[in-house]
Amino acid sequence: MTDTPAGTPAADAATPETPNPETPTLEIQGLRLNLPGAARPVLAGVDLTVAARETVALVGESGSGKSLTSRSVLRLLPPGAATEGAVRVQGEDVLTMNAKQLRRLRTHTAAMIFQDPRAAINPLRRIGDFLTESLRLNADLPAAEATERAVRMLDAVGLGDRVLGQYPGQLSGGMLQRVVIAAALMGDPALILADEPTTALDVTTQAEVVGLLGDLRDQFGTALLFVTHDLGLAAAISDRVYVMYAGRIAETGPAEALFQRPRHPYTAALLRSTPHLDAPAGRLAAIEGRPPSLREELTGCPFAARCAFATQQCREELPPHLPVRGESSRLVACHHSEKLADQLAGSVTHD
Amino acid sequence: MTIALVRRPGLARIRSDRSWLHLLCLGFLGLVVVLALFAPWLSPHDPNAVDLGNALAGPSGAHPLGVDGSGRDTASRLITGARTSLLGPLGVVVFSTVAGVVVGVAAGWRGGWLDSVLSRSTELVFAFPGLLLALLIVSIYGEGLIAPVVALGVAYLPYVSRLTRSLVLAERSRPYVEAYRVQGHSGLQICLRHVLPNIAPVVLAQSTINFGYALIDLAGLSFLGLGVPALTPDWGRMVFDGESAIQSGYPLCAILPCVAIVLTVVAFNVVGERWADQVARRDR
Repeated sequence: MTDTPAGTPAADAATPETPNPETPTLEIQGLRLNLPGAARPVLAGVDLTVAARETVALVGESGSGKSLTSRSVLRLLPPGAATEGAVRVQGEDVLTMNAKQLRRLRTHTAAMIFQDPRAAINPLRRIGDFLTESLRLNADLPAAEATERAVRMLDAVGLGDRVLGQYPGQLSGGMLQRVVIAAALMGDPALILADEPTTALDVTTQAEVVGLLGDLRDQFGTALLFVTHDLGLAAAISDRVYVMYAGRIAETGPAEALFQRPRHPYTAALLRSTPHLDAPAGRLAAIEGRPPSLREELTGCPFAARCAFATQQCREELPPHLPVRGESSRLVACHHSEKLADQLAGSVTHD
Repeated sequence: MTIALVRRPGLARIRSDRSWLHLLCLGFLGLVVVLALFAPWLSPHDPNAVDLGNALAGPSGAHPLGVDGSGRDTASRLITGARTSLLGPLGVVVFSTVAGVVVGVAAGWRGGWLDSVLSRSTELVFAFPGLLLALLIVSIYGEGLIAPVVALGVAYLPYVSRLTRSLVLAERSRPYVEAYRVQGHSGLQICLRHVLPNIAPVVLAQSTINFGYALIDLAGLSFLGLGVPALTPDWGRMVFDGESAIQSGYPLCAILPCVAIVLTVVAFNVVGERWADQVARRDR
C-alpha cells in the first residue's frame, strides 16, 4: 500500500516538535493488523487521512474493520494484535510510542466517543468527577480549574452545571452522550474519534448529537473521524468519506460526489440497500451473501464473491487504489470502476 | 455480578423483605459489640473470681445467669468473653480480606501467568481444612490468639481472593474501564480508583458472612483447648469448661455460651446476606 489518498500532502518530513499546518491531524499509512487465529489480516493496508478541522466518515458494515481502525489511533488494540504500517497523530507515530507518550496522546491530543454512553461512564461516580478526573490526575490541573473547564464544556454541549453533582443513572441517554462529548473535549484535543456515537440513541437524539458534533467542530476546530454504518449520517456530517470492506478501503472521496456517483460496486450496493421513506413499499434491497470470514484467506478483490459485476480478474487480482479520472480527490479499488461508472450511478439514482 | 456471592435459596425467607429480622440482628450485634467494648465496667463480677463453695449454683440475685464449676459468674464471663470472641474473628476477617483482595485484584487485573500462579497457589490452600491448618500452626507456636487467627486468615484468604478475582474480571471488561483508558489513565489508576471501590461492597458483604464462620472456627479451637490461654474468658473456652458441669446435671453454664455463639453467628449471616442482597439489587 504505497499509494496515498490524493489531495493530502506528504507529511513524512514534518517533525513532531513543529506541527506545521501541512501535517494532517491523523494520517494512517498502510496499516495492517493481524490477530491470532485469523487467516487473513483484519486490516489489510488501510490508508486514511484527516486534515485539521476536517470531518471524515468511515463507513462499512459490521466486521469491516472500521472500529478497529479508529481504535488503533489510540492504540486500543485487542490482545495479541500485531500491527504494521504507521498511525500518525500530528506527525507522531502512535504505534511506536512509549507508555508516557501514549498517555499524553490520550489525555491531550486525541479523544474518543463511544457507542453506548451509559456503559462508558463509571455508574458509581458523579458526572463532575468523571469529567475532571483526567485533567486532575494526568495533567495535574488544580481541581477548581478542572471544574471550571468542565462547566464550560458542559455549557458547550448544552448542559447546565447542575449535572456535575448528578450520577449517570439520573441522566437520559442523550444527555449522557453530551457528557461523554464534553469529556472528550476536556483535554482540548486536536482529534476526536467517534465510534458510532449515535447507535445507542433514538433518532431525535441522534440528530441532536450529530448537530452538536458539527457545531463543536466549528467552535473548537477539532478534526473528527466519524465511524458509522449509517450512510445518511455520514453524508450529512462529513467532508470526506471512506468506505471500508473486509479490512480495506474500497472507495474514498468527497461525501457528495461519492454518494452521487459511487465508483465501487460495494458503495453502490450499500446505497441501494439504504431504506428510503419515499421508496415504494416492498422488500428492502440487501447485498447477497456475507462478508468474507476471517478464517479464510482472500485472493483477489474481497468483494468479488458478492459482486454482480465480478470477472475472472476480480477473483484473482487484488485491485489497486486508483484515482478516479477527472476527480483527483477520489480513489477507488475496483478493476472495472471506469466501465461501471454510469451503470453504478444509474442504479443508485434509479431507486 | 450475580455470579459473585453464593446464594442460598433456603435462606430466602430470612432474607426477604421482613426487615424486622434484619434490624433485630443488627441490634443484637450492636449490643454484643457494646458489651465487648465496655466489658470491664458492665460485668457485675470479676470474671476470674473463683468461689468453689458456690460452684454450679443456679441463677440468683447476685448471679443472674448462675456460676460455673469453679464458681465464676457466668454473666461476667459471657460479657468479658465477647471481647476475645469478637476480636479473633475480626483479625481473621481483616487479614483475609486485605490479603485476599490484594491477591484477587492482582490475579484478575493482570491475568496471564500471574493469575495462574496466584490462583493455583491459593487453591492449594483449599486442600487443607481451615481448622487443620490452625491446629498445625498452634501446635508449632503454642496457644494464644495470634497463631490461630493468622492460620484461619490464611485459610479464609482463597474464598475472598477467588470472589475478588471474578469480580475484577467482570468489572475489567466493562466499557467504562476502556473509556478511562482512552482518557489517558494508567491501568493502576483505573484499578485503584474505580474498579476497587466498585467491587468493595460485594467483597465486604462476603467478609461479614465470613465473620460468623471465623467465630465458629475459633470457638471450636478454644473448645479443643487450642485457642485462647486457659484463664482468658472466651465463649468457646466456656463451652469446654462447662463440659463437666453438663455431666453433673447443671448445663446452664455450657449452654449459655453456645447460645451466644449461635446467635452472634446467625446475626452476622443475616446482616451479611441482606447487605449482599442490597448490593446485588443495586447492580441490577
